[in-house]
Amino acid sequence: MTTAIKSTRTRRAPTPALKTVVTGLGIAAPTGLGPTQFWRATLRGKPGISSITRFDTSGYWAKIGGEVPHFEADRHLEGKLLPQTDHMTRLALVGTDWALRGAGVRPSDIPDREMATITAATAGGYEFGQRELQKLWHHGPDYVSTYQSFAWFYAVNTGQISIRHGTRGPGAVLVSEQAGGLDAIGYARRQLRHGSRLALTGGVDSSLCPWAWVAHQVSGRLSRRNDPARAYLPFDRDANGYVVGEGGAILVLETEESVLERPNGRIYGEIAGYASTFDAREPRPVTGLQRAAQLALDDAGVDPADVDVVFADALGVPEQDAAEAKAIGQLFGPYGVPVTAPKTATGRLFAGGASLDVASALLSIYWSAIPPTINVSDPLPEYELDLVLGQARHLDVRVALVLARGRGGFNSAVVVRDYR
Amino acid sequence: MSRRAVITGVGVVAPGAIGKKDYWKLLAEGRTATRVITQFDASPYRSRLAAEVDFDAAREGLSPQEIRRLDRAAQFALVAAREALVDTGVEWDQLDPRRIGISLGTAVGCTTSLEREFIVGSDTGRRWEVDQEYTVPHLYDYFTPSSIAAEVAWLIGAEGPAAVVSTGCTSGIDSVGHAAELIAEGTADVMITGGTEAPLSPITVVCFDAIRATSTRNDDAATACRPFDRTRDGLVLGEGAAILVLEELEHALRRGAQIYGEIGGFSSRCNAYHMTGLHPEGKDMSDAIDAAMQHAGVGPTEIDYINAHGSGTKQNDVHETAAFKLSLGSSAYNTPVSGFKSMIGHSLGAIGSLEIVGCLLPMSEGLIPPTANLHEADPACDLDYVPLVARESVVDTVLTVGSGFGGFQSAMVLKNVEGAQQ
Repeated sequence: MTTAIKSTRTRRAPTPALKTVVTGLGIAAPTGLGPTQFWRATLRGKPGISSITRFDTSGYWAKIGGEVPHFEADRHLEGKLLPQTDHMTRLALVGTDWALRGAGVRPSDIPDREMATITAATAGGYEFGQRELQKLWHHGPDYVSTYQSFAWFYAVNTGQISIRHGTRGPGAVLVSEQAGGLDAIGYARRQLRHGSRLALTGGVDSSLCPWAWVAHQVSGRLSRRNDPARAYLPFDRDANGYVVGEGGAILVLETEESVLERPNGRIYGEIAGYASTFDAREPRPVTGLQRAAQLALDDAGVDPADVDVVFADALGVPEQDAAEAKAIGQLFGPYGVPVTAPKTATGRLFAGGASLDVASALLSIYWSAIPPTINVSDPLPEYELDLVLGQARHLDVRVALVLARGRGGFNSAVVVRDYR
Repeated sequence: MSRRAVITGVGVVAPGAIGKKDYWKLLAEGRTATRVITQFDASPYRSRLAAEVDFDAAREGLSPQEIRRLDRAAQFALVAAREALVDTGVEWDQLDPRRIGISLGTAVGCTTSLEREFIVGSDTGRRWEVDQEYTVPHLYDYFTPSSIAAEVAWLIGAEGPAAVVSTGCTSGIDSVGHAAELIAEGTADVMITGGTEAPLSPITVVCFDAIRATSTRNDDAATACRPFDRTRDGLVLGEGAAILVLEELEHALRRGAQIYGEIGGFSSRCNAYHMTGLHPEGKDMSDAIDAAMQHAGVGPTEIDYINAHGSGTKQNDVHETAAFKLSLGSSAYNTPVSGFKSMIGHSLGAIGSLEIVGCLLPMSEGLIPPTANLHEADPACDLDYVPLVARESVVDTVLTVGSGFGGFQSAMVLKNVEGAQQ
C-alpha cells in the first residue's frame, strides 16, 4: 500500500533554497535518556508511566505520571548550577549537551551571533517556585532565593542554555500550551532562514510538584484512573483523559550549508514544513488542526499522499480525539495513513511533548520504523484511523506529519522529511 | 516586493492613564505614576514602590464572569485589545479570520492569581502538599500564560497563528517583532499583538528585593525611578498592557486606514553572559540595535529619537548608554534619548509594548516625552536624555530597546510611513 502511494510522489512547490536540517537530538523522557535508549524503549512499547515518586500523592486523586528515571543532575551539571535551577531546566541543559555532542558540533566553532536559542514553555520552573513561595509565606521574605527572579519564569531555559553554550544569536520563548514544542521549532527555522546557522530548539518541561499537580487536576482533562495501563487511552472507546509526564527534546537545527561544511555531519532529516492556527470559540467550526496540517504540508511542498506517518496530538479526551480523527480523515481519507501516539508510553510532556514527537518522527525516518501507540486496545471504529497498535511497524518512512494542540484553541503542525 | 507591517490601532492600560489619549498626555507632561504599593501590604519588603494602574474592571467593560475568571493581566489585555480593535476602524467581521493572528508578550503571566491561590491551598505556606480541596477551577489557566493569548483570540475570533512570546522583560518588544515577521513572511495579514503584565504581588516584589534591583526610595515614591541620574538606586515595578494592531501595509492602504507607523526592523538576542547581569560594554544590546537598523535599512544618522530601556538600575543605564555609542557612533551624542520607566515603572513583559505605543507620540506630534526625575546625569551617562520636560522635535524614525533577565536584548526601529494618513 505504502509503496504504491510512494510511486506517485509529486512535489507541489520547489524546495526552499535554504533547507533546515536536524543534526542532534537531546532527549530526556520517562522512557529513556538520549536517543538510543529512548528509541529502543519506544519501539518496544516500553511503558514509562507509573506511580509518582517525586512527592506524596496521598492527598490527590491523581497518583500516576511519567517521571524521567535515573536522572542525577549532579552527575551532569556543575555544582554552581544546582541551587539556581529547577528540575526542568536541569533536564533541558543536559538534553542540550547531549544534542550538541550527538551532532558533533562545538558551539565554539561557529560564530556566536549565528546561533539561536528558541525554546517552548508552559509552566516555568514551578517546583522551584513552589519552594520559594513556601519560604516567603511560611518563613518570610528574607528566606527567598536570590535565584527566584529567573529560576521559575517561562524564559529560563532559553536563558540558561544560551549562557551555557555562548549562543549569542536570536533568542525567544514560545508559549502555546502543548502546541509550543512545534511553535519553537517553527520560530527557530525562521531564524535559520534569516541568517543564523544553528539553532538550539525544542522544549523540556516538568511540573511534578504539588502546586502544579492541583492545577493539572482542575484542568478537567486528567484521567481519573490510576492504573498506568488503562489511564491514557487516546482514540480508544475507553478514552478518559490524559496522564502528565515530564521531559522533552532539544533539537540541533542547522542550515544544510552549515552541516555540509564540517566533516561527519549526520543529518536525521529536514524540518520541511510548519504552520500554526487557532480555533476561536463556537459557533465557528473547529477546523484549525486540519488547516494547520494542510498549511504545513503546503509549506513543505508535500501532498497528503506522500505522508508515511502521522504523529497525532492524541489528547485522550473523547471530543478532542474525535476532532483530530476528523481532521486526519479529511486530509488522508479513511485509514489513509498510519497514525501513532508514542506519548501513550510517556504521558503528556506539555512544552516538551511535541518536540519529543518531532524527535520520534526523525528517528522513524532514520530507522525506518513507526513506534506503536501503547495501551490502546479498542480504538473507536468511527474514527477510521489506521492506528499503529501493539508493536512497531517496520517500513520506509520518508515524510512524517507531527500534530500538536494547546488548550484554548492552539493548533500546530510540522512536516519532517528524510534528507537526501 | 516585501511585505511591510504597519500599526493601525492601539489600546493602552497604563499606570496613571487608561486609554491611548490619556497615556500620551501623561508622557507629554512628564508626570510620574510611581507610588507606594496599595494592592497589598508591602510593609515587610525592602522596596514598597510600584507604578499601579487604577483599574476598575467593571467600569472598563468587563463582565462579572470575566472579572471572576481572569487574572488581572488578562483583564488588562482584554481592555487594551478592545480599545485597539475599535481604534483601527476595521469592520472585523469583514476580514478573513484565518489571516488574523495573535502574538502576546508577558513575562510572569498570571503570577498574582497563582500566588493568591497558593496562599489558600498551602495554608499560608504551612503545607508542601497543597490542598486539592481549595483549588479554583481557573487555576490551570493561571498556570500557563497562553491562556491570555487565547482570551484575546476569542475576543476577535482570530484563527491565524497564535502564541505568547515570553522572554522576560523584552517580551513586549519581542511579541510585536514576532507579529511583524509573521506579516512580512505572508503568514498573516493582521496581527493583534502587544504585552500585558500585572506582576504586583509579594513574590515578584521579593524576587527583585532579593537581588537588590528595585529602588528603596520608599519615602519619595513619585520620584523614585531616576534613569541615568547620578542618584538612581534601582527600578520601580509597574503594571499595564498595550495592544497594537499590525496590518500589512497594502491591506491598510486599501481600506484607507490611519497608519501610526511601521515596524521597520527588529532583533532579539541572547547575551549568553549572565541571567541577571549585564556586560558593561553593551556589546550584545549593540548587536541587537545593529541588526534592527540593518533590517530597517536605516543608518545611525537617521535615528531621530532613542527610546531607552532606562530601568534606573546602576548597571542598566551605563550598559545601554555604551550600547547606543557602539551602534550609533558619534551620532549617539546628537540623538535625544529618554526613558518612560521613570514615569510608568517597569511592567516587565508589558513595558516594551507600552514604550512602542509611547513612541507613536513623537512620531505623530513631534513631541519627545522626557526622562522624568533626571536632575543630574551620572557622568558615565553622557548622552542627551531629554530631562524633565518634553521636547519638540521632528521624529520620523525611532529606535526602542529592551533588556532583561535571561540575557535577552531587543531592539526595534519604528518609522513613519510617508504619505500615510495619521
